[in-house]
Amino acid sequence: MRTFIGIDLGSTTTKAVLLDENQDVIGRGITNSRSNYGTAARVASEEARIDGRFTLFRRALSTGGADTERVQAFLGALERNFRLVQFLGQLDDLEETCLGQLQTERFAKVAGKMGEALNEVFKRLRAEAPALYAPGATRKSDFFRDIAGSRFHVHAEAVAGEANVSHEILLNAYDKSIIEVENRPPAGGMSEKFRRAMARVLEIDPHLIDGSNNVPGTIEAALDLELEETYLVGTGYGRVTLPFSKEHIRSEILCHGLGAHMMYPKTRTVLDIGGQDTKGIQIDPNGIVENFQMNDRCAAGCGRYLGYIADEMNMGLHELGPLAMKSNRPARINSTCTVFAGAELRDRLSLGEKREDILAGLHRAIILRAISIISRSGGVTDEFTFTGGVAKNEAAVRELRKLIVENYGNVTINIDPDSIYTGALGAAEFARRSVAS
Amino acid sequence: MTVFTRPKTKTPDIIKDASMSKQKEMMNRHYERLSDAPERGEKVAATFVPGNLNELLMCFDFANNLPEVNAIQSGLRKQSGGYVMEAEKSGHSEDVCTYVKSDIGMMAKGNIGPNGRKLPDPDVLLLSYTGCFTFMKWFELLRQQYKCETIMFHTPYMADGKMTKDMIQYMVKQLKQDVIPKLEKVSGVKFDIDRLREYMRKSAQAEDDLVWVLQSAKTKPSPIDAYFGGIYYIGPIFGAFRGTDDAIDYYRFLRQEVEERIAQGKGPVTPDGDMGKERYRLVVEGPPNYTHFRQFWKMFYDEGAVVVASSYTKVGGTYDFGFRHDPENPLESLAEYCLNVYTNRNLPMRVDMLENYMDEYQADGLLINSIKSCNSFSAGQLLIMREVEKRTGKPAAFIETDLVDPRYFSGANIKNRLESYFQMIEQKRAGVRSAA
Repeated sequence: MRTFIGIDLGSTTTKAVLLDENQDVIGRGITNSRSNYGTAARVASEEARIDGRFTLFRRALSTGGADTERVQAFLGALERNFRLVQFLGQLDDLEETCLGQLQTERFAKVAGKMGEALNEVFKRLRAEAPALYAPGATRKSDFFRDIAGSRFHVHAEAVAGEANVSHEILLNAYDKSIIEVENRPPAGGMSEKFRRAMARVLEIDPHLIDGSNNVPGTIEAALDLELEETYLVGTGYGRVTLPFSKEHIRSEILCHGLGAHMMYPKTRTVLDIGGQDTKGIQIDPNGIVENFQMNDRCAAGCGRYLGYIADEMNMGLHELGPLAMKSNRPARINSTCTVFAGAELRDRLSLGEKREDILAGLHRAIILRAISIISRSGGVTDEFTFTGGVAKNEAAVRELRKLIVENYGNVTINIDPDSIYTGALGAAEFARRSVAS
Repeated sequence: MTVFTRPKTKTPDIIKDASMSKQKEMMNRHYERLSDAPERGEKVAATFVPGNLNELLMCFDFANNLPEVNAIQSGLRKQSGGYVMEAEKSGHSEDVCTYVKSDIGMMAKGNIGPNGRKLPDPDVLLLSYTGCFTFMKWFELLRQQYKCETIMFHTPYMADGKMTKDMIQYMVKQLKQDVIPKLEKVSGVKFDIDRLREYMRKSAQAEDDLVWVLQSAKTKPSPIDAYFGGIYYIGPIFGAFRGTDDAIDYYRFLRQEVEERIAQGKGPVTPDGDMGKERYRLVVEGPPNYTHFRQFWKMFYDEGAVVVASSYTKVGGTYDFGFRHDPENPLESLAEYCLNVYTNRNLPMRVDMLENYMDEYQADGLLINSIKSCNSFSAGQLLIMREVEKRTGKPAAFIETDLVDPRYFSGANIKNRLESYFQMIEQKRAGVRSAA
């Protein structure tokens, strides 16, 4: 089948959306942008194709009065096992790369002991992997680097003590290897991984498969369906570092405008807060951009600001919003300068102010800056759509709602759970239109 | 699967047309004259570009030194960054006009001009346009430094959107009672109105050709870029050459060059050679950035964007509505010239002008380059943008850079906005086509 792919190369994450000829989203993929947009683009589109296969499975399995709940449970199990197979594959690659490091001069003296220690670390990582992907298990991140990194640190520390090897040197081997591993797409064919995942499901949860429906056969048939990449459009900051040819590039302003229009056709104003950009975009009833404003020389108050604050507070990025939501008296913080905000944060903490109040104040500061950008782009016209990574942050959303009501009255505010894919969605639609026209 | 590869690029040599080389030679001569002035006993005047009274200064044999032009030269030569920081070291705030800081910094570092030689100390400071308050402060600083005669020629702002007889008379009175006597005193040369008339006759001749060149952008494709190229074209007329035979020769030569380009159906010359297919015709409001001039221009011509009209080329004076220096009414004409400075026009007048440009030059859109440290230009630009957008129905966009402070040029960000804007124009066109 013909598919159209849109890739949004953001400063923090790279997103891909796979669209079919009917403008339906088949798959979405996301990965960290690393310092290598080439790999990020490959990985994100591969992830979108993986997600696309699940859509095809769902479509194939849901025909003729199928038991939806059961199909969901099966697909859930298949996905967990697929991710496990994928994780184990990358773990093999990481181990091999780490062991390869031992040949270098730096590790020569301790190569023997380190080899054993590394084998042990990876043995433990493999042993606990199924639990990471067990039903109901939560992971702080879905990116291999984050999961493998945090667990490697834990096991390396324990093993270093037991094997009388320095913890630092183990971490050093890891640090040198992870960049290499991350910068090459996972090895092995996708279909093969699906088959292995399928075999695991058959082995562990055979009850999920009703023999009469020939699930394995249906899956095989869906795997055989070719997802032809008919046209690709790239957008986002990374397009500069990784130039696609001109006809394959669209500006992220246009992509966000069109993407928001596809999600909510009545959208007239779009706010996107990404890693290093805040954009206020006005669009017409067809999703065509009429006007836009974005932050200029300074990225204060963008998504990275929250990342920095999270680091300062020794918290996960996703924990900031929920904590700020607990505040009833947000602190008044004026600076959206990331560096000043860090200083202000430490000052206020030392004065005994509550963490949640400070955090709520910081969220408000971000949104105030966004509101200024929106007003310069022409204000807010009903309906208003908020996109980008920061749209996932409930505290930011709360402040935004308040300020929109204060400044523009009651306006419909749309926030899609998949809003992080808005730019990629617009890009995929541009790809589809390129062929259609 | 698509293969992601980086295309190979090579930086070619800068291409210049003959008029540019001619101008370069004129500028070199100008700077040599300035450097030689103390030795040759020539008196030196310092004055600003907007509303400069070059013809009048020539009547007193002054060599004319323009601090703004020096700042631009420092920007183009990548020296302004150091000068700006030097000025900040001596206490000038980050928000001050960077022309001023570049000038102050250059003086602090020995006042070495683009020719590598020391620029002379001025004997007189002539402030002939007061629409920019920064100019007054700038000359206060220069006066403190050089302790020389300072003349302030007050130009009334056209707040009501018109030039009145009273305004002109008020200015003529200042010329007669204050400006001319002081220039006579400093130079020791008696004022000769016939000499002024002769210079003004020459000015008008060069002005006719300049206007012809700027208006040649109405042709499709436009043979010139009226912003990036336009900055070269206005150099002699707004600088120390207006009223000279050099200026007449230069503009005649330039006009012939442009005529030839039109005959050959060519677009503008860019630093990378002839521009490719003209895809977007723009009107630009606001001064350019000089520290990344070539990089900035490239963002336009790489995408086939040509500027067909710009307000910046009217910063010294506006000729669009028929004004030429008039030898029959010399003092009144000088006054009118100063009143006509683009930033001396009130907001509605500027909006009208830009709207006309959009129409007359068949532009696809309006782009505003807002200068972080220039209040004269920046105040009201968003309003201007919205109004022109509303009246013409054409898309507008807003970017931000600075004149000569390299710290305020964020290349990736500007490129991002420009590309978005060009695609927005494209998308609008496609929308109009499909609606038709």
